[in-house]
Amino acid sequence: MNSFQGQTLSWELKDGVIELALHRDPCNEIGSRTLEELEKFVSAMEQMQNAAHALILHSTLKSGFCAGADLRELYHGAQGMEKQAAAGGVREFLERIHKVLNAIDSSPLTTIAALNGLTFGGGLELALVCDLIIADKMARFCFPELRLGLIPGFGGIPRLKRDLGNAVVRDLLLTGRSFNATKAQQVGLVSQVVGEGESLKAARGTAAQLGKFDRRTAIAAKKFIKPIPYEELKREIDIFCELFTQPAVEAGLKKFVESKDAQPYLP
Amino acid sequence: MTDDKKTLEEILNLAASQFKVPREKLTPDDDFFKTLGIDSLQALDLLTRLEHHFNVEIPDYELQGVSDFRTLASRIQARL
Repeated sequence: MNSFQGQTLSWELKDGVIELALHRDPCNEIGSRTLEELEKFVSAMEQMQNAAHALILHSTLKSGFCAGADLRELYHGAQGMEKQAAAGGVREFLERIHKVLNAIDSSPLTTIAALNGLTFGGGLELALVCDLIIADKMARFCFPELRLGLIPGFGGIPRLKRDLGNAVVRDLLLTGRSFNATKAQQVGLVSQVVGEGESLKAARGTAAQLGKFDRRTAIAAKKFIKPIPYEELKREIDIFCELFTQPAVEAGLKKFVESKDAQPYLP
Repeated sequence: MTDDKKTLEEILNLAASQFKVPREKLTPDDDFFKTLGIDSLQALDLLTRLEHHFNVEIPDYELQGVSDFRTLASRIQARL
């Protein structure tokens, strides 16, 4: 399936480049519908990859690339359930999203995240599976999970540890603060910072350049330099599920879902 | 103009321009959420623009509870 128009995302293969566009209001929160469509995408990607050399992930929404997991769905889904049963549901969701993200992370395609606006939590974790991150100057990055009594659950910590220094990981994780694209480039997270609204254009230009290289060489290079931290990813799911049963999580989610605070996205 | 006043003036100008509010309607002690009619996402957008404008990094937790331009200016000034 070379093109698809879903409720939360769409994709198209054109001139050797697959573009996966997120378009779920308000800011591409990842819930069960997005997960289903991402799974559909991964199946299609495996069929398209012989005719492609690059994959670009981006958002069509001005609000940002992705604000992370759908916390409202998570909270309401867990209501009325025993904690262990709710944790079981969360584990199943996490194992499915990890399968999707591992497939993109290890894809033979060269992958580019073209970012704008909010790239928080699960949104940052989605960007982290890509080989290159191109951000417009208004992009903002954050792991806010500690505010909810949790850790990132979509593979964020192992992948950030793989790509950046541990001090940066601690700063993002333990303070829960956000930082802008310039800072993200300084610490090595972002490869290019471009003007507002220009990240997709820059990603397309980069993808065109990648198309000039021998595919077999590019695939060998990626495989050599980009290990997938499978053991740590599994451990992350275990820790997340252990923490999920703590009272602090329900309180944190409730606070977020019911917040009338003018600044729920600020720590 | 002192540095504090200059910083405050630049913030007011930037906010008016970005959120299409007449500059004369903004005063230093306004609640910017109300005056600009912005939500938390737009507040982060404003924070990012201010960081670029002043070439500073402002941890967003420093802005927790800050809703008026004058206090915002003092937090930025402290990092210049």
